[in-house]
Amino acid sequence: MPDVTITVDGKKLTAPGGTLLIEACKRVGIEVPAFCYYPGLSLQAACRMCLVEIEKMPKLQTACTVPITDGMVVTTESEKVKQARKSMLELVLGNHPLDCPVCDAGGECELQDMTFKYGAADSRYMEGKLHKDEQQWSPVVFFDRPRCILCYRCVRVCGEGMDVWALGVQGRGVSSVIAPNQEDHLECEECGMCIDICPVGALTSGAYRYKTRPWEMKHVGTICTHCGDGCKTTLGVRRHDTGMQIVRGDNRDKSGINGDFLCIKGRYAFDFTDHRARITQPLVRKDGHLRPASWEEALEVVAHEFRDVRESKGGAAIGVIGSTRTTNEENYLLQKFARLVLQTNNIDHHRTADFPALAAALKGKDGATAGMRDVFSAPAMLLIGNDPTDQHPLLAWQIRSNVRLHKARLYLANTQPIKLRRQAAVFAHIADGGYAALLKFLAGDDSATATLLRDGTPRETLIALRDKIKAEPDLIIMFGAEIKGADVQALAAFAASLPKARLIALADYANSRGASDMGLYPDLLPGYTASADHFAREWDAQLPAQPGMSLAQMTKAAADGRLKAMYVVGSNPVARFDFDPFVLTKPFLVVQDMFLTNTAAIADVVLPVACAYEKSGTFTNSAGDLQQVQKAGDLAGVKPDFEIIVRIAERMGFDVRKLVPFGREGVRADMGQSRGAQSGEADRHYVWLKAQNLEPKMSPLDPQALFDEIQRVVPGYQISRAALFSGTEVRTHALTAGNGGTSAGTDLIRSSNDTLFTSGTLGRYSHALNSVMENRRRAPAGAAAD
Amino acid sequence: MAELVSHPDEKKVVSARFGKGAANIDRYLELDGYKAVQKAIALGPDGIVNEMKTSSLRGRGGAGFPTGMKWSFVPKESAKPKYVLCNGDESEPGTCKDRLILEHDPHAVIEGVMIAALSIGAKTGFIYIRGEYRYLVNIMRKAIADAYAKGFLGKNIFGSGVDLDVHWHTGAGAYEVGEESALMESLEGKRGIPRIRPPFPAVVGLWGGPTVINNVETLASVPHVIFGGGQWYADLGTPKNGGTRLFCLSGHVSKPGVYELPLGYPLRKMIYEVAGGIPNGQKLKAVVPGGSSTPMLKADEIDLPMDFDSCAKAGTFLGSGGVVVLDDTTCMVKFAQRVIKFYQHESCGWCIPCREGTDWLKKTLTRFHAGGGLKKDIDNIQYLAENMLGRTFCPLGDAAAMPIISIVKKWRNEFEDHLEGRPCPYGEKTAEQLLPVLSR
Ligand SMILES: Cc1cc2nc3c(=O)[nH]c(=O)nc-3n(C[C@H](O)[C@H](O)[C@H](O)COP(=O)(O)O)c2cc1C
Ligand code: SF4
Ligand code: SF4
Ligand code: SF4
Ligand code: FES
Repeated sequence: MPDVTITVDGKKLTAPGGTLLIEACKRVGIEVPAFCYYPGLSLQAACRMCLVEIEKMPKLQTACTVPITDGMVVTTESEKVKQARKSMLELVLGNHPLDCPVCDAGGECELQDMTFKYGAADSRYMEGKLHKDEQQWSPVVFFDRPRCILCYRCVRVCGEGMDVWALGVQGRGVSSVIAPNQEDHLECEECGMCIDICPVGALTSGAYRYKTRPWEMKHVGTICTHCGDGCKTTLGVRRHDTGMQIVRGDNRDKSGINGDFLCIKGRYAFDFTDHRARITQPLVRKDGHLRPASWEEALEVVAHEFRDVRESKGGAAIGVIGSTRTTNEENYLLQKFARLVLQTNNIDHHRTADFPALAAALKGKDGATAGMRDVFSAPAMLLIGNDPTDQHPLLAWQIRSNVRLHKARLYLANTQPIKLRRQAAVFAHIADGGYAALLKFLAGDDSATATLLRDGTPRETLIALRDKIKAEPDLIIMFGAEIKGADVQALAAFAASLPKARLIALADYANSRGASDMGLYPDLLPGYTASADHFAREWDAQLPAQPGMSLAQMTKAAADGRLKAMYVVGSNPVARFDFDPFVLTKPFLVVQDMFLTNTAAIADVVLPVACAYEKSGTFTNSAGDLQQVQKAGDLAGVKPDFEIIVRIAERMGFDVRKLVPFGREGVRADMGQSRGAQSGEADRHYVWLKAQNLEPKMSPLDPQALFDEIQRVVPGYQISRAALFSGTEVRTHALTAGNGGTSAGTDLIRSSNDTLFTSGTLGRYSHALNSVMENRRRAPAGAAAD
Repeated sequence: MAELVSHPDEKKVVSARFGKGAANIDRYLELDGYKAVQKAIALGPDGIVNEMKTSSLRGRGGAGFPTGMKWSFVPKESAKPKYVLCNGDESEPGTCKDRLILEHDPHAVIEGVMIAALSIGAKTGFIYIRGEYRYLVNIMRKAIADAYAKGFLGKNIFGSGVDLDVHWHTGAGAYEVGEESALMESLEGKRGIPRIRPPFPAVVGLWGGPTVINNVETLASVPHVIFGGGQWYADLGTPKNGGTRLFCLSGHVSKPGVYELPLGYPLRKMIYEVAGGIPNGQKLKAVVPGGSSTPMLKADEIDLPMDFDSCAKAGTFLGSGGVVVLDDTTCMVKFAQRVIKFYQHESCGWCIPCREGTDWLKKTLTRFHAGGGLKKDIDNIQYLAENMLGRTFCPLGDAAAMPIISIVKKWRNEFEDHLEGRPCPYGEKTAEQLLPVLSR
């Protein structure tokens, strides 16, 4: 709509006509108080806190519902307005328990803030307050009716935002009460959105309630360690006998790609961190048993064995399995360690998406990928495979919000009737295993419909799907692990035939994309680089020439006795891949993990590590958004993977400066020698640092030192640090700017099959997730919300 | 079933068929039934609206909005279906007229809905009947079925080429769903909570389609307007206040009942002549002029022509036609308490000022009447009500506040009489006992 000019408290302001008055006021820094108004949710006009005077209107008007029109003259601070606000607060406080000293929301309560600001210090009433006992609705959701001010935010965020519709209002008048969907309890996604959106302490979190006060915590903004979407989560941390304790996760400051959103895992499943079962001391197998050992001893055993195998059998006898939950710096370091120190290309990880195939298809195609924020704003979206509601909760939220708030069109093709079909403009329910046929059909092969159709899906649906997609001027295409190898190529080719289409491959873990971009592949170096030349030059080293073994090949080699040592970092292949665990007892097995997983239990040395909430670095989400991981606290006894890898290298007699470029003068060994004449060959890193106006890092244990290198040498990671360190996400482009090398082993791609309430190893040790699962089992079958 | 009353001053238009068995469709036809709708078909949509405007018929549901004008707001073209919704939720204390129409002349309501539908181009009409009026549902159900049986409803009505369906629906017992937007929510099967306006129902109403909502009496008057002509109807009343309406006279009067009188009929005459005056030699103390939500009048304020504009000038409303007369045995504090008890019970609870305000008013007034009042409570009562007025989400909050404000302002001395633990000076003979309509 065209701009209009209005006057608010004497200030002129211009905004698009139709903007809500309350939003227009915000633009000139005028805050109109509000309880029920919440950006992005439907209007209620229920709390009446936002009443303002508008010229020519006899009654006070609700700023949250009035669209501005040209020439409107508004007063937000007259006596009449102040009086209205004050009386509204008096009324709402009348039945409010005022138990602020013991209320969880104390210190971050909007009712407290408003009362402080607009005053309603005296009570006019003598009668008793209405009371109702507190109720527990689920393992994570508690409800205290007397504190509820009936702003209906919880009802709306659950219904409109989550599409769960688990909350409603019962009764009327002063007996109105927020009620859960199953009589006395909730059956829902347990996301806790309702709790965090509650302006008062009416909805409280089972994980956090009565543990601490907001001002007693340190608040650390970091990235959720659970799925591949990369939600920002602010951890509330307090001191504890073990070093620290995380007591809360939220995103109330709405920073980050997820805005308000967090799913149950981001909000509650931080609690694996202080699980009793965490290992906090290295374990070394002696006489057949894992025995506690000192770090010195354990590292010495590892370094000694690794060196021994390398010297006697060669690097090819060592295998490395990396992690999808360690940082980019750690992943980059691990593969560099494998290639330089262990002298092996035998490195792999649990692949959950075919990024290499996509990188090959998109090489050189700037702008062919999309970020998580784009999913909220694109005019149209196509999702093939996957069930984001379960596997990518943030993505599902972005899709729903985009459809709801921007009327974006969602096209779905899936073999399952996934829940997002409720938002879909067209849902093609295709036959099991029909994805390859679907891509053929999209490419124009109508005969493919025969294998695509499923009972109840008419052919017209498919035709409509294709016609509509082809007519979309700006489309984001998202696809799950069902699409891999040649199908990825076909999909990318189809995308290229459209006016504008951007792709996102969905991977399952917090840093699955990072593991892939950083080259945890036997046949790919960082940035999807197939040839060793580039990195050989950068690292000034001889790299193993032959591609290494994939995870499957390594296990086979272990069984054959060809693999003599194995280094498993933050991964549990025994649980994820179906092979006889016994084979891994044959080589010398080192496992770095937080828990004694199935794989760790059979290891020769177990090194206890810090989790993502106990270290710093960066993660890259599925869509290529790079974000900072910030350390929330320490746990005594454990070390970050980064440090462990560096220490092993050091003990193996390797010059760690070649691994991590640190130190003031000469971050590289050849510093000074080749400077000058062949400046291109000189200490590139140091020259680069100077050009970037960056200081060399002073410690080999500083992940940022390695981030410098990543930024310098990994294609697609040339990002703005100012943006990254200011806490927002920055886009990386390893898929389009990378070298486009493919990787054999497409058959190794398999979904983690995690749901909303599972999260691999971490999930098994999360009390919150387990209690919810436990609760579900007790709930009557078939009652879960669709 | 209510007994019918009569008085020579009455002009029986909308009540003309009362007591004549017109619920029977054949009888209704004998009494000129379904003639107006045929005339309306001939007039065409614009012709109907013109007659309606000329008649200056104003809504009988309470707000008194000119009916012809309301219909003219409905857009001619609409992507979504249009609807006519007849508001039969009659729940305003002191008001008991729509029930008589629904009982004695249900076909007039159907015919009114049909004419409204023809005028705005709706193909569907709904007649929503208050939940507690179960017995009327049976009457209406039969009337609608009979109209279908005769072919008056359904396909191609009266050979006009127009298809028209009319359905009945019943409430579940909430005063608030009489408010037009809450009525639509309720009809759609949702919680009876009002909607944000604008958009108004004439543009975005039932299921998003343009909707005309009128009171039962308004719609029952429509066939008479069309049949007798707009000008004839207008001339029955005063300028801009056309026609006659049903006044529900109750309280401390000798001959309570529902009387049809022309608009502008003097209130004094209404009380002392039509209703037979005040029994037992008592004197007049107060009058509720148009249902419990209207500001009350004192004994010296009754020289008032009962039409919309004169009432507005006197600082009150003609409202829904419920005139409640209170004699000097009435305790005004008790009366205020009883009125607020109703609104506290009926508040839908959506918005803070009404939900909390009615509750605190009720609690304070209950204590006050029982002798626990403090001087500052009198101001607090007024303060509470004034802070609700004009600030609630829907007019129910105003409806609760207005009588209370008028009572505190006009009978403050009676509040003072209750102070310091004094027993109610009016003894046991309370408004509640004397006014059956208030004592549910
Ligand atoms: C709280 C409240 C209750 C109402 N109850 C009724 C009612 O029971 N019947 C009615 O006809 N109008 C009622 N109204 C008025 C309606 O909102 C609406 O104005 C009326 O149905 C319009 O019809 P009319 O123009 O024919 O009067 C009520 C309004 C409010 C605010
Ligand atoms: S926790 Fe449950 S009730 Fe609350 S918003 Fe999430 S899904 Fe809805
Ligand atoms: S529980 Fe909280 S969010 Fe929900 S209505 Fe009450 S105050 Fe609002
Ligand atoms: S004024 Fe508010 S609480 Fe009262 S009935 Fe209307 S919307 Fe409901
Ligand atoms: S914020 Fe406008 S009424 Fe609640």
